[in-house]
Amino acid sequence: MFKAKSVPGVLGSFAHIDSAVDAIKGLRARGHTDLTVYSAAPNHELEEALEHKISAVRLFTLVGGLTGVSAGLAMTYWTSLDWPLLVGGKPIATVPPYVVIMFELMVLFGALSTVTAVALLSLRKPTTGLAYDPRYTDDLVGIFVPCAPDRAGDVESLLKQAGSVEVRRAA
Amino acid sequence: MASATQHPTQTHAEVTRDVLATLGTPTRGYYILLGSVAAALAVGLVTFFFLVKDGLGHAGYTPPVMWSVYITTFVFWVGIGHAGTLISAILYLFRSPWRTAVYRATEAMTVFAVMTAALFPIVHIGRQWIFYWLIPYPNARFLWPNFKSPLVWDVFAITTYFTVSTTFLIFGLIPDVAAVRDKVSGWRQKVYGMLALGWKGTDEQWRHYSRAYLYLAALATPLVLSVHSVVSWDFAMGIIPGWHGTIFAPYFVAGAIYSGVGMVFTLLIPLRKALKLEHMITTYHFDNLGKLTLLTGCILFYAYGMEYFVAWYSGNMFEQTTFWRRAFGPMWWAGWAMIICNAFVAQLLWFRKVRENLTALFVISIFINIGMWFERYVIIVSSLGNDFDPWAWGLMNPTWADWGILLGSFGWFGLWFTLFFKHFPIVAIQEIKEMIPMPRRKGAH
Repeated sequence: MFKAKSVPGVLGSFAHIDSAVDAIKGLRARGHTDLTVYSAAPNHELEEALEHKISAVRLFTLVGGLTGVSAGLAMTYWTSLDWPLLVGGKPIATVPPYVVIMFELMVLFGALSTVTAVALLSLRKPTTGLAYDPRYTDDLVGIFVPCAPDRAGDVESLLKQAGSVEVRRAA
Repeated sequence: MASATQHPTQTHAEVTRDVLATLGTPTRGYYILLGSVAAALAVGLVTFFFLVKDGLGHAGYTPPVMWSVYITTFVFWVGIGHAGTLISAILYLFRSPWRTAVYRATEAMTVFAVMTAALFPIVHIGRQWIFYWLIPYPNARFLWPNFKSPLVWDVFAITTYFTVSTTFLIFGLIPDVAAVRDKVSGWRQKVYGMLALGWKGTDEQWRHYSRAYLYLAALATPLVLSVHSVVSWDFAMGIIPGWHGTIFAPYFVAGAIYSGVGMVFTLLIPLRKALKLEHMITTYHFDNLGKLTLLTGCILFYAYGMEYFVAWYSGNMFEQTTFWRRAFGPMWWAGWAMIICNAFVAQLLWFRKVRENLTALFVISIFINIGMWFERYVIIVSSLGNDFDPWAWGLMNPTWADWGILLGSFGWFGLWFTLFFKHFPIVAIQEIKEMIPMPRRKGAH
């Protein structure tokens, strides 16, 4: 079975949110910006400490929604004009009844492109090979710091000083 | 009885433990439930076999009533789904924290209800093996479907609703499935590991996930309002007396949410006890759901009154006759069943004691389920049966084939829901944890 090569670094586990935030700030001040922080739920304190930009998911949602509206308009108009058939004396092609189709396709395409965006954008920073602990989906916050073995000692002491309940090296 | 608390009081580890305990070894009661819903489904399948073999003649279609129990039940199940999306998406956008404990169950209910509803047009069309003609592609003469038809709108609305609701449910489940993966072992760990799609709860994953969840909720919100509006236009776009009303879209949306919350009560009140989740799904949640039921019940009350008023005030003989016969004609019992079960029974929810009494709520929910099925039956059958020309008036009586498919639909829905709550977290672990502040070493926040 394929096994990803593990990334060398240090993994610290935290039971207290303020300790984790202190550790993130300390690590970033020392130039460790490529951190991976694990948590069981999104947390605004962690997000602020990491200074993340707003996700690009919204662009995918917008493009998906606009594509859906356009597809709905194009499909209804083209199919109506492809074989003009007069029904009940109504116009062959007209916008008001087609708004429903356009709206539904906007929501459909918008939703599917939003989910696709999460999959694609998450791939930009893969988690394979990064040290992990199953307790991070339960009640601990984890911080993985990728670093060369010669810098691991400094990172370990910083994590312990911040209040980590457990620190281990990943080779 | 659990106290009515607004926020969960457990620790993160306790939330994981308590929710995962619901996935333990099934009890005898669970197997009895599973057997019951499977038996109901079997009745539906046998009935469907005869409908395919012999045709729709087994059902009670009688001209001019050529839409009857199957379309009634289609609208019933689509409506059930609406409460789930309201609770999971609309209340999420409104930042109503009380939704958190109940939204997973209601969202699952939505998906399974729409899956059930989607079967009914196929049963109803008669030649079920050519159901794919509903899909927009050109026929042998390169003629496309008529996109001006509300029935085609409905195909798009229901397909989109099913896809988006399922996506929303699965998307919300991913972090929770990862939590299960990290607690179980052996083959279950492998299965949940595959279903978790590599989720580890990293900051990068949460960054994209949280935004995406917000946008999915934003897209689902107008969708839920549109879907039952479109369903209502299946009727309101026709000129049949009793159908041709501008009030239909909001009337149907309110009715859908009302019926959906009724089903939430029916499912969750016994389920929380069976799964020992009384401390997570408390009377506080039922009190709020009761208020939602009251609100939509009052909107229905108004809509029922307005329908009769408009029929009288219009001076239109056909409308007046239809509504007169709805109350005092041969289907008077069904007409009054809908008004009593929906408009009047909901008024009991003005009282907090009723909203916090789970036995009372359960009984009310049964009235709501029955009343909302009858609402659709009355709208469809009594309107079609009282056409413009008294010579053409007629009524249908449901047959074993109608009741068999109806029972089978409860079996189909029940089977999915029963399997779901034993294999996936029925309470959203990560959203509950989001509401509970993590411990701090330096004291309060």
